[in-house]
Amino acid sequence: MTNMKGRFGIHGGQYIPETLMNAVIELEEAYNHYKNDPEFNRELDALLHDYAGRPSRLYYAEKMTKDLGGAKIYLKREDLNHTGAHKINNVLGQALLAKKMGKTRLIAETGAGQHGVATATAAALFGMECVVFMGEEDTIRQALNVYRMRLLGAEVIPVKSGTATLKDAVSEAMREWTSRISDTHYCLGSVMGPHPFPTIVRDFQAVISKEIREQILEAEGRLPDAVLACVGGGSNAIGSFYNFIEDKEVQLIGCEAAGRGIDTFETAATVNTGRVGIFHGMKSYFCQDKYGQIAPVYSISAGLDYPGVGPEHAHLHDIGRAQYVPVTDDEAVNAFEYLAKTEGIIPAIESAHAVAHAIKLAPTMDKDKIIVITISGRGDKDCAAIARYRGEDIHE
Amino acid sequence: MSNIKKAFEQGKAFVAFITCGDPDLETTAAAVRAAVANGADLIELGIPFSDPTAEGPVIQGANIRALSGGVTTDKIFDLVRDLRTDITVPMVFMTYANVVFSYGTETFISTCKDIGIDGLILPDIPYEEKEEFLPICHKYDVELISLIAPTSENRISMIAKEAEGFLYIVSSLGVTGTRSEIKTDLKSIVDVVRQNTDIPCAIGFGISTPEQAGKMAAISDGAIVGSAIVKLIEKYGKESPKYVGEYVKAMKKGTIGEA
Repeated sequence: MTNMKGRFGIHGGQYIPETLMNAVIELEEAYNHYKNDPEFNRELDALLHDYAGRPSRLYYAEKMTKDLGGAKIYLKREDLNHTGAHKINNVLGQALLAKKMGKTRLIAETGAGQHGVATATAAALFGMECVVFMGEEDTIRQALNVYRMRLLGAEVIPVKSGTATLKDAVSEAMREWTSRISDTHYCLGSVMGPHPFPTIVRDFQAVISKEIREQILEAEGRLPDAVLACVGGGSNAIGSFYNFIEDKEVQLIGCEAAGRGIDTFETAATVNTGRVGIFHGMKSYFCQDKYGQIAPVYSISAGLDYPGVGPEHAHLHDIGRAQYVPVTDDEAVNAFEYLAKTEGIIPAIESAHAVAHAIKLAPTMDKDKIIVITISGRGDKDCAAIARYRGEDIHE
Repeated sequence: MSNIKKAFEQGKAFVAFITCGDPDLETTAAAVRAAVANGADLIELGIPFSDPTAEGPVIQGANIRALSGGVTTDKIFDLVRDLRTDITVPMVFMTYANVVFSYGTETFISTCKDIGIDGLILPDIPYEEKEEFLPICHKYDVELISLIAPTSENRISMIAKEAEGFLYIVSSLGVTGTRSEIKTDLKSIVDVVRQNTDIPCAIGFGISTPEQAGKMAAISDGAIVGSAIVKLIEKYGKESPKYVGEYVKAMKKGTIGEA
């Protein structure tokens, strides 16, 4: 008999030190209270609308559709949100919740820096203190975002332990939370970690699929045939999938970062190459060796460079409701350039993984089929890294 | 009777933690023997984990050194088999849930029984998740040690009532590592524990001097020390067992109030 709290099938749970238990219980109670509080929801809706710029557009990518010659392609433009990614949806929700709980300090982990920037932004807006943990390797890959966070008043702490990437930033943020709980909220950036985080983050990101649903019904009078999103921890993907889970005719496709390929050790495709384990507060799929040591993972994308996946995705995979496909660095970089040239939209390298799969999928589908791709963020932050990937050294 | 309880029968107990395989398993074996020869009443053997989220920099470093040296769960089982040829004090494993789960929870725990491990400390398994491990631990007479933290408050009695082996009381917020001062009101935590259980309780996290050990043991049944021992092993490497022995001797004196 395992604890059923916060479970998605066998996945999820609360595998954390006793020191944090009352903190997550307090968070769960506060969330259960405020999620149905009309005043809280009014404030959050106003922030999402007036500050973040929601609803985000659902754009018909006509040139891309014609070029690929198959299914009709729509882009859900989360890149147009304030701070340039879907991360702000969750952060505004959690920051408002933290404020209601009387917390005065936000801590966060970040990979590509988008969640860190969003958290620093919300902290500036709410007048809260903010500390962001970022793998040292990522502070180099995403130097521009480090500057943005500092500009917004946050302290950025480069994490040197382990592989100095996203997983180590999560570990360090958890360690920090263990040492300072009373005034501090850990603003976790993805649908991962111990319950209630996977549920809270999913609920705050579900606005993406709520809008897609309304917008596609308005534009096409029917639901899409497939929804594609990139998956690291999986927050933009679960946000894009959530309101379609009951609609079995809508295919849900998560695009994992395969790095140099799932047959190599340089990959971050957790569902495709990992197995069930317990780490960072949750049971889910993890890249690990036979003794359960977490494997170093690799992707060109700092935001997908994580050895685990959110527990709800693990469950959607187990029951066959969603499909998780690997996309390599090469495919993602090609898609990054393709979308820029074809539609004049520079996607985040993370989102380019979903675009890459759509490039393969669309031509295999009939012209009366519809694909929605979530463009989770904008790609300005990636330009220098992609230039380097192509052998060109540009100064940021 | 629980073998672990025997550690607390001769008065205040000194519990020594050592990360297995740092810098190699021969040194670990020698360090354990030195600790026991100098008065350690219970040995906590750390099975290294790649991402030990409850540890401070000192034990994190030991985990990395041990894993880069090629230590594995199977090699650590062999170490325990060797230690059990002469070591009779209770020994427990301290590791993370994934090390046990990934090995196969039942295979791991039944092996613990076979090789003479008396208990298991899993810092990322709180009360809410223990049912996944507890029935298997019961089946093989391996005791699952519960932890109580400064933030446990209303949870202390619930945890203490069901605790077995001994209760690990975490002295301070944060991760493992030495601290110059321990500020938590541990006496009131121990009082609540005492109202709910007869099993012994020992205090750990942040203890490094004989004086601190004495203070902690005075209000509980013993003191647990990890980072300070691991630091000696880091500093002296293969030569560390004799320094570990000397240190344990002083700490045991402190623990029983003779410092």
